[in-house]
Amino acid sequence: MKLIFHIWRQRDRGSPGRMVRYEKDGLNPDMSMLEALDVLNEDLTIKGEDPVVFEHDCREGICGSCGFMINGVAHGPLLKTTVCQLTLRHFENGQELYLEPWRAKAFPILRDLMVDRSAFDRIIASGGYISTPTGSAPDGNVIPISKEAAERAMDAAACIGCGACVAACPNASASLFTGAKISHLGLLPQGQPERASRALRMVARMNEEGFGQCTNIGECEAVCPKGIRLEVISRMNHDFLKASWAARQPATD
Amino acid sequence: MSATVAEEGIQKPQVLRFWSTTTGKKAVMAVTGAILALFVIGHLIGNLQIFLGPDQFNGYARALRHLPELVWPVRVILFISVILHIWSSIELAVTKSEARPVGYTRWKPAGSSYASRTMYWSGPIVAAFVVYHLMQFTFGVGGTPYNRLDTYGNVISGFRVPAVSLFYIFAMALLCLHLRHGLWSLFQTLGFYHPRHTPRIHRAASLISLFIFFGFISIPIAVMLRVIPPIL
Ligand code: HEM
Ligand code: FES
Repeated sequence: MKLIFHIWRQRDRGSPGRMVRYEKDGLNPDMSMLEALDVLNEDLTIKGEDPVVFEHDCREGICGSCGFMINGVAHGPLLKTTVCQLTLRHFENGQELYLEPWRAKAFPILRDLMVDRSAFDRIIASGGYISTPTGSAPDGNVIPISKEAAERAMDAAACIGCGACVAACPNASASLFTGAKISHLGLLPQGQPERASRALRMVARMNEEGFGQCTNIGECEAVCPKGIRLEVISRMNHDFLKASWAARQPATD
Repeated sequence: MSATVAEEGIQKPQVLRFWSTTTGKKAVMAVTGAILALFVIGHLIGNLQIFLGPDQFNGYARALRHLPELVWPVRVILFISVILHIWSSIELAVTKSEARPVGYTRWKPAGSSYASRTMYWSGPIVAAFVVYHLMQFTFGVGGTPYNRLDTYGNVISGFRVPAVSLFYIFAMALLCLHLRHGLWSLFQTLGFYHPRHTPRIHRAASLISLFIFFGFISIPIAVMLRVIPPIL
């Protein structure tokens, strides 16, 4: 099987980049997109050129490392699938594929298809945690959690932080990601004490990182490999609005 | 749940902190958008009385002129809403363009509606329409014959000009698109989502915006087709 790649090549953060065309024949339709790039990179290395840099780790769709745009869609045309799980049989022989990195001010390009997503880590650090004594494991079932809350928290927790939501959004908004983290903790009893400050902090951090606003258009939901729903964004809005309304001046002592 | 202002480590007044976030500005857009949409529906119901004849319609206009205690508060609220709505949309448009300084060579929509992607186009064009509309029917400087006491006549002579009618129809199509997305988006922005009710809100938004579109354009069309006659 043959594919024609147009790949964004950029040496480092500061350099200008450009799309470069590569033809690759003899690909196996059962290969994943990343494996196709591996084979292409072998050719490039033999020719003495720089291999195409892309991020990857688990290659089984669970770590969130991989991801780039294929023909204008984050993670390519297959629903709920990361590029490491996307096999070439979903493309036609001889098809032209345009591979571009996620584009957002908050995700600077490090090289080729690899971007710096540490803005996501800083959003998590600003409030995506619960304060709880560590030590010996708590007894099971001490804190009752309804089946529904557990399921919905689990759905939100499925977010792997790949960044496709930001990449697909015309406003480069990180609302689906931030909403998923806020919902995941806010649905559980353990997440209640910090629910208000979490919403205020994580939303503020998301803005400081330079992500755009959410216009509820739903591109993020459509490309999310984990099927995170727009509902998490409305939960984030709800928690943020409620916390903004209720925020008090500090008690004087 | 409650957080203290100091806990967030910022000394700014809470209102300014709220306004400084995208979520806060969107909430302002949603509330002001809802106020404007309610007005649009009320305005349409008022206007449709033109089909009941000149006496009914001019009587309605006269009744409004004699109710300054209703008209002025509504005008003030609408004016403030328009200013806040446009102001937040401008700031958010800047935020949005800064958030992705370099665009894609290719980008394909995967799940969004045309209406939702064009909010930042349909809005400003509707605003331009509102300015023209006020010039024409409120201030009488729109270039078509105007008599302050004959609202019915103003509408007839205004819409007898095909270019004017066409511009109205075009603007209403954009308002319909704007509300098709806006009327459901505002619930999401204000934090309401429910797997059973949100699809209903979606359907209601489509129906209401179509009602607004057909309701408003029925008037210029009826005038051009001479269904609504001039007073002899
Ligand atoms: C009759 C006049 C108008 C009505 C009824 C109206 C209504 C609405 C509503 C209900 C929303 C949804 C808010 C949300 O997403 O939560 C909205 C959004 C929006 N409106 Fe308007 N609007 C009007 C005029 C305008 C004008 C004149 C502008 C232009 C400057 C404008 C620009 C926008 C934009 C850009 C959004 C999207 C905001 C976002 O999603 O971030 N609108 N509008
Ligand atoms: S490499 Fe882990 S999700 Fe693709």
